[in-house]
Amino acid sequence: MTLTEQPIAASAQPEANPAAAPLRILYQRPDALMEKSTHYCPGCGHGIIHRLIAELFDELGLNEKTISVAPVGCSVFAYDYIRTDWIESPHGRAPAVATGVRRTNPDKFVLVYQGDGDLAAIGTAEIIHAAARGERLTVVFVNNGIYGMTGGQMAPTTLLGQKSTSSPLGRESGEHGFPIPITEMLAILPGVTYAARGTLIEPSAIGKVKTMLKRAMQVQMTGGGFSIVEILSNCPVGWNMTAPESMAHLAQVAETYPIGVIVDRQKAAPAAREG
Amino acid sequence: MTALNGTLERSRTVAEISTTPTNPAAPERVLWKGNEAMAEAAIQAGCDAYFGYPITPQAELLEWMARRMPELGRVFIQAESELGAINMALGAAATGKRVLVTSSSPGISLMAEAMSYMAGQQNPMVLIDVMRGGPGLGSIGPSQSDYFQLVKGHGHGDYKVPCLAPASISEAMALVADAFEIAERYRTPVAILADGTLGQAMEPVVPAYRTPPRPTNDWVADGAKGRAPRVVKSLDLQPEHLERHNLELQAKYREIEAREVRWAGEHLDDAEIVIVAYGTAARVARTVVERAREGGLRAGLFRPISLWPFPTAALREVAGRVRAILVVELSAGQMVEDVRLAVEGVTPVAFHGRMGGMVPSPGDVLAQLRELWAITEPVPATGHGPGHPRRHRPGAAASGARSAIGAPTAAPSGRTPRSTAILDELVEVDIADALTEVWR
Amino acid sequence: MDRSTIIAGFGGQGILFAGTVLARAAMAEGQQVLWIPSYGPEMRGGTASCTVIVGDTEIGSPVVDRADAVVALNPPSLAKFEAIVAPGGVLVVNTSLIEAEPTRTDIEIVRVPCTSLARSAGDDKLVSVVALGALLARRDLVAISSVRDAIAAIVQAKRPQILAADLAALETGFRAASGVLVPA
Repeated sequence: MTLTEQPIAASAQPEANPAAAPLRILYQRPDALMEKSTHYCPGCGHGIIHRLIAELFDELGLNEKTISVAPVGCSVFAYDYIRTDWIESPHGRAPAVATGVRRTNPDKFVLVYQGDGDLAAIGTAEIIHAAARGERLTVVFVNNGIYGMTGGQMAPTTLLGQKSTSSPLGRESGEHGFPIPITEMLAILPGVTYAARGTLIEPSAIGKVKTMLKRAMQVQMTGGGFSIVEILSNCPVGWNMTAPESMAHLAQVAETYPIGVIVDRQKAAPAAREG
Repeated sequence: MTALNGTLERSRTVAEISTTPTNPAAPERVLWKGNEAMAEAAIQAGCDAYFGYPITPQAELLEWMARRMPELGRVFIQAESELGAINMALGAAATGKRVLVTSSSPGISLMAEAMSYMAGQQNPMVLIDVMRGGPGLGSIGPSQSDYFQLVKGHGHGDYKVPCLAPASISEAMALVADAFEIAERYRTPVAILADGTLGQAMEPVVPAYRTPPRPTNDWVADGAKGRAPRVVKSLDLQPEHLERHNLELQAKYREIEAREVRWAGEHLDDAEIVIVAYGTAARVARTVVERAREGGLRAGLFRPISLWPFPTAALREVAGRVRAILVVELSAGQMVEDVRLAVEGVTPVAFHGRMGGMVPSPGDVLAQLRELWAITEPVPATGHGPGHPRRHRPGAAASGARSAIGAPTAAPSGRTPRSTAILDELVEVDIADALTEVWR
Repeated sequence: MDRSTIIAGFGGQGILFAGTVLARAAMAEGQQVLWIPSYGPEMRGGTASCTVIVGDTEIGSPVVDRADAVVALNPPSLAKFEAIVAPGGVLVVNTSLIEAEPTRTDIEIVRVPCTSLARSAGDDKLVSVVALGALLARRDLVAISSVRDAIAAIVQAKRPQILAADLAALETGFRAASGVLVPA
């Protein structure tokens, strides 16, 4: 079960207690999150990330001004869960599609949602050039180190030694090359205003991811350039693990992909972004 | 006098070009390069955004847009690749913007993926292909060898792209406006097939433009303000749903076939032999027809302007009253397949083509035409109606069936609002009936 | 009736410019025109040619297999285009650079040292304009006054300082080929 399917019933009727403080809603489904079960596998991180985005869309008032771009991969169906307008992109081309949206709709908020095969393999050119142009986009980059939808094949982000259906003996650098730290690669470009990496490993980390996403969205809303948040997520089925095992495994993933803010050029130079 | 030269005076502005003519009855013509004329025609047609990537022989088009679009506060992006360019167009078009993408053959190959997506999403766009010789990197010379690529569907899946083929620069300008209108009326990508010669040549043109009316877009993803969210997509994993979507597309294509056929003819009235050619090949053919007639051979020219929908019925009618047809292309023979399908064997169809950037000379084509005349037999006086197969040519008197058609058949004006009646009707029928409709 | 002219030589000899001048002049006279460059990769020093077809009605073929006039500014151009001059047509040969003699006897050959004359008019690069002047002295394609206007219209906007040299080159070529003074 993902968190999206566990709305805590804040509205459940408590026993009347006249002396108690007025009721506060602690937890509910954000407006931007549609009321339906997802197609994601049990334990998948996409649901958590969808919820974080939806919460922020509510908080930042973006629901009616956002045009989101969906990738190809497990999250292609994100348009079924997050209540904004969506455009479906060919595999890897979401940053180009979003560029076309961005430039012709300067007053809208543009969200790009991509997985690691989409962003770091087939769409490498598109993400690098969108970043190089400093496109005012917010990219949510979900890195689970695997091609989930097609059955768990090796991705450019797969860890060394990690087994997959297309690297059955484990990823070996001489044969398959090295994992790509693409967010660090993007962060050196002056057009990138904000780049950070978070993880879903535990609730406190998820809270930090939300902070990062919020910052990335604010960068776009305040006229900054390109912003990207890479989120280390799990794929229990593709990793051949139970959901808890896969969450715990994220600690190992973070050894290859360190957590933290990689660059924040708006903070460094509040007057104007570099480049 | 206005400043006019396409290559030497890049800094001129359109204000200079469209100086009010001194004699309003005869608007002043300007000498204009095909690539630049098409670019400006797109701008004047209301193009909101242009996306491109440098490639010969269409680079002047991109350069024109690079200067003019920012001047007008519109969007120009030189993308990282043709993939980037057409996907930017996909995004902008999905928000309801009028978008143009241009390239030449190798770049068009890269765009096949997004064309398929856009056809599936019913996302309108105009694409100009200034064709060059292939396969592979090929040459930069003029070619028509992208006919199969664009006319027959380009990317994966069952879809069609309306394809328009201008033969002159002024016609290209008019077709650019038509292309935007067709694209939006039917929510489909539309391609203009030009070639290197048309892109690079200059001709005097009257700087007159048309801006098609803006459609009401009730499908675009422009931010779900005060309404339910919309999704512009082509994915549907339920075969039943996707088949239905395909049936809707096919119904739309039947409607386009019924309404958007364009062609022109010259000397078809009394022609005993006809050349079928489009674009630059049709220019060569026009000279051939003139020379043939000077020599007493009654030749005619049938020029498809819409390559899809192909002017099948009109060509079949012509075929029924001529002794032979010669198809001339800058290719190994691509459109000739559609000609043969249209003619259905009622008269012999021969082919002459040059490849790799070569353009057939009028002398060569005339020799082919005479040869074809010599080996074919005259049309019988009592003849046969169109549609009657005549694989074996009966020997009979020559001066037979002539049609009353002389002037080019006017293209359907197509200004009527699109009716959804045909679509609804077709979608409601069951699959067997729909297939009958498709294959009719 | 179409009349076709091919101007050919090295890139940098102003071939496209001369073709454009001819095309503009014809357009200003109300004629139909088709101007086609030989285009190649954007490199300097290659061969270049420009075809200008002028006619009363819509122009047909962009490919010319019998040219009414050919201007050959360098040896390869003579070798390539001499054969397609129509019988009775005219061939202008730049004798500054071309030593070979044309072999055709059924056409008019106009021998002009275009490069030297261009140099004396002010710039080697005016060679095509000299040759255009020579061609117009022998063939009434367009009025010389239309050509002057066309040169002025094109040059004035961008480099007015070279207008005088262009016009001088045109007249030098015209005089060299006609042996008479240029009509006023």
